Amino acid sequence: MRLALRMLVRDWRAGELRVLAAALAIAVASVTSVGFFADRVGQALARDAHQLLGADLVLLSDHPWKDVFQKQFLEFNLEKAEAINFISMAFAGELNQLAGVKAVSGNYPLRGRMRTAPAPGEPDAQAERGPARGTVWLEERLVSALNAPVGATVRLGTSRLKVAAVLTLEPERSANFFNIAPRLMMNLEDVPATGLVQPASRVWYYLYAAGAPGPLASFKAYAQAHLERGQRVDDLESGRPDVRASVDRAQRFLGLTALLAAIVAGVAIALGTRRFVERHLDGCAVMRCLGATQGRLLGLHALEFGLLGIAACAVGALLGVAAQAAIAGALADLLRAELPAPSAAPAVQGFLVGLVLLLGFALPPLVQLKNVPAVRVIRRETGATSPVTAITYAAGALALAGLLVWQAGDAKLGLTVVGGFAAAVAAFFVVAWVALRLLTHRRVTRLVRGRMLRYGLANLRRHARGNAIQVASLALGLTAVLLLTFTRNDLVEAWRRSAPPDAPNRFVINVQPDQVEPVRRFLAREGVAEADFYPMVRGRLTGVNGRTVSEADYAEERAKRLVEREFNLSYMDALPSHNSITAGTWFSKDQNELSVEEGIAQRLGWVLGDELTFTVGGKSFAARITSLRKLRWDSMRVNFFVVAPPKLMAGFPASFVSAFRIEPGREAVLNRLSAQFPNLTVVDVAAAVRQAQGVVDQLVAAVQFIFLFALGAGLLVLYSALVATEDERRREAAVMRVYGASRAQVSGSQRLEFLAMGAIAGLLATLGAAAIGQLLARRVFELDLPPSLALWVAGPLAGLLLLSLNAWLSSRKVLGASPALTLRDSV
Amino acid sequence: MDLSAAAGALNARTMDKSSVLTARGIGKTVKSGGSDLVILRDIELEVTRGEAVAVLGASGSGKSTLLAILAGLDTPTSGTVHLDGQDLFALDEDARAELRGRAVGFVFQSFQLLPALTALENVMLPLELSGVADPEGPAREVLKRVGLDARLHHQPKHLSGGEQQRVALARAFVARPSLLLADEPTGSLDADSGAAVIALMFDLNREFGTTLVMVTHDEHLAARCARAVRLAAGRIAP
Repeated sequence: MRLALRMLVRDWRAGELRVLAAALAIAVASVTSVGFFADRVGQALARDAHQLLGADLVLLSDHPWKDVFQKQFLEFNLEKAEAINFISMAFAGELNQLAGVKAVSGNYPLRGRMRTAPAPGEPDAQAERGPARGTVWLEERLVSALNAPVGATVRLGTSRLKVAAVLTLEPERSANFFNIAPRLMMNLEDVPATGLVQPASRVWYYLYAAGAPGPLASFKAYAQAHLERGQRVDDLESGRPDVRASVDRAQRFLGLTALLAAIVAGVAIALGTRRFVERHLDGCAVMRCLGATQGRLLGLHALEFGLLGIAACAVGALLGVAAQAAIAGALADLLRAELPAPSAAPAVQGFLVGLVLLLGFALPPLVQLKNVPAVRVIRRETGATSPVTAITYAAGALALAGLLVWQAGDAKLGLTVVGGFAAAVAAFFVVAWVALRLLTHRRVTRLVRGRMLRYGLANLRRHARGNAIQVASLALGLTAVLLLTFTRNDLVEAWRRSAPPDAPNRFVINVQPDQVEPVRRFLAREGVAEADFYPMVRGRLTGVNGRTVSEADYAEERAKRLVEREFNLSYMDALPSHNSITAGTWFSKDQNELSVEEGIAQRLGWVLGDELTFTVGGKSFAARITSLRKLRWDSMRVNFFVVAPPKLMAGFPASFVSAFRIEPGREAVLNRLSAQFPNLTVVDVAAAVRQAQGVVDQLVAAVQFIFLFALGAGLLVLYSALVATEDERRREAAVMRVYGASRAQVSGSQRLEFLAMGAIAGLLATLGAAAIGQLLARRVFELDLPPSLALWVAGPLAGLLLLSLNAWLSSRKVLGASPALTLRDSV
Repeated sequence: MDLSAAAGALNARTMDKSSVLTARGIGKTVKSGGSDLVILRDIELEVTRGEAVAVLGASGSGKSTLLAILAGLDTPTSGTVHLDGQDLFALDEDARAELRGRAVGFVFQSFQLLPALTALENVMLPLELSGVADPEGPAREVLKRVGLDARLHHQPKHLSGGEQQRVALARAFVARPSLLLADEPTGSLDADSGAAVIALMFDLNREFGTTLVMVTHDEHLAARCARAVRLAAGRIAP
């Protein structure tokens, strides 16, 4: 143990272990930090989704809650907020408008924050508490309908209240804004004075609860057992699909990057250990001479590496903790609520990954050390290392795959990445080998003039296997680097485009069929980009495959809710550009067909061929599902769960819906629109759009950080691959000079060798990065990635430049030393 | 001297009480391109305690192979070697390694110092491997004896060839072996430093009462040994 520790210190001092330690630390750090992200930030994101609810749990009632219920909050030590909702006419001067009034207690919402702006179209900011007594917040369309900007007074019942802010975002709002009157938010304590809430009024009473999961669950159980008629408990209705999509992408992005970093680091460890072993063969032979047994040698080195591993893994885990703190910082705005404390699990996982990497990729070459024959001290040619075959690493790779699958929590993803990586390494090796053989074919070499150039080519051929390994390793490292520089930028750009800055920020609903053309013309005149109008028919699902259904047929809360509500159905001939078919085919002619969004189909257990019956205004129609669609939720365009061909639904009463973009500062257009078409309802989704873009921006920032780890691992592989043959090349150069080659000739022949390898590695890496980039874009991110010209220029060039630089550095080193010295050292 | 007392205890089991190293009927044949290549045949050698024996021979005469077999680094095709009364090839490779660690010191033509270690650490290594509690004291002492007390913390690459070989001598003697095997100890050195190293080696040999077997092709060097054995074409020349 003490000797192993001393050996560790000595080898560390000699710089033999630094690449290894760095590779380990990077692998552990990336796995740990991403683990933390999944564990800690993921938890917070789930909680973030609760912000859409304003609480962890919401209790709704159509009559006031009894005190005994309220007391349970104290009992379970839960935070409580209250609100009541009702519809009332609001007045300002001569104008009036039906408003959806929400009166909230001062501490509402318990999760998330509302956002307000000083005027429509102005930048909004987070509001720390609800409206103060005597004030109201109005939604933008209520501001225009009542012509009541901040500072104006509105009358509500018998009260006069001052407009204090424009409400841009409230938690519960985003999910379903189609059928709600514009919001008026006021203080709960102002309600009695309005005289609006009478025993017979239609009022919804809300209780909001937040707290620790345990008490919350007990409280929920209590509440469900004591609910009266007209009361219900809501918990998280899975958050907004647009935000969810971005977060899912970020998690997959991070997961993959961590996988990549870990595997690439594994390669760096294998290369680093191999070099360590080659440099320690003599030393081990001497130690065998000095009386060390095989077991002792293996034990000492295993212990040395084990100690190194533990130290490096610890450093990596600490780095990981620091990194996740940085990520959490970058995401603080997005997450708002304070993060749950990190658990130790990710650090343990990272540690395990590190040890598996060490065992799997360092042990196979290390075992060779014990087999070194002691007679090597007298006859050096004996006991050279036999190349470690791929099979030796198979066990390590498998163990790693297992760990990563466990860590990623996604077996398919983990296996695909590990398998794909192994296949890529094999392909790189084969292609490099074939390319080297072709390049050095006699017919090619005959064309080359110059003794040393020909010697260089011959050298490439002689070392075809070793060089192919080196080229494959270089290509691998370069792939990682290219992927993380060029392809990453392209992916991030494509991602940003998915929540485009010119996304629609207003929905207009309730457009009557005969108003579609006039409204279209109006918008065109006002210079608003052309908008699509979709017919919308509201219908209730009444049957599946001929059987009558109701919400009682579904166990899941969300499914119940979907069935209970009216569906917004639409009809159209052509598939909208932001939809794509994932199963079945789009409408053919003359069939009773339906196209359904794949998520809702899955939730409600529908498959292609199922027959659905909808009832619209007392009349029913039935049709079969012939296609499933995937929607781009983050496009902020009009989306429908269920779509039919026009023939099927044209007879039902429909109104039209559209989405368009109003540039900030041009909100006056909306006033003119309302004036000309008073029945239209315009919904402001600008805040939601900004939030979606903000989410993407912050996630991108977080993701970039993790990239640094993978980039570091890639650079380590490059370095390890470059130095792998340095010793041998130095010896060869010394021999050549002894036999009369000039410095120029030696460096010329080596330069040729390096350039050929650089070109092949660069091309391979470019291919690899492009292929992986496309795969990532299509399979993981569901984004379109245009081919990148920059990558195709930079990839091969990077290979050439890197190896030229290496050739220059190496020839300085090789030629700097006198041949005699080099040879004496290496005899 | 305490060493001979210890050796005496060991010798109680030997066939020949005064013999440190006994080789009987050593033959070595290797396969080379399908045919057998005989490197050594019928080597008989007996080295008594305190003796200095030179094994002389031209390149390819098999002298390095013989040294490797005497040290138990290589195995013979036929014959036996007894070291300190132990039949080397009745032991397995690991047991031979332990015996080497206890009883044999080595000096090589190419020094074979570990490049990552300082001079002091190289000398400490045999003691560390055999689990001596304080390896540093004896190592410093021997290095002082070979005149390198000012260069304890230099790595081999910062030492001259002669200095490296003196470190190697210190490493060979630090564990107080009963047998020192030297393989062309001056082969990589210029004449002056070679002579200095040889003088030092014979001095240490006397001081530590070590038995010496040295392989060389240098007649002058061989002449300093009490006895010279000549190898030619794998046999001991008469």
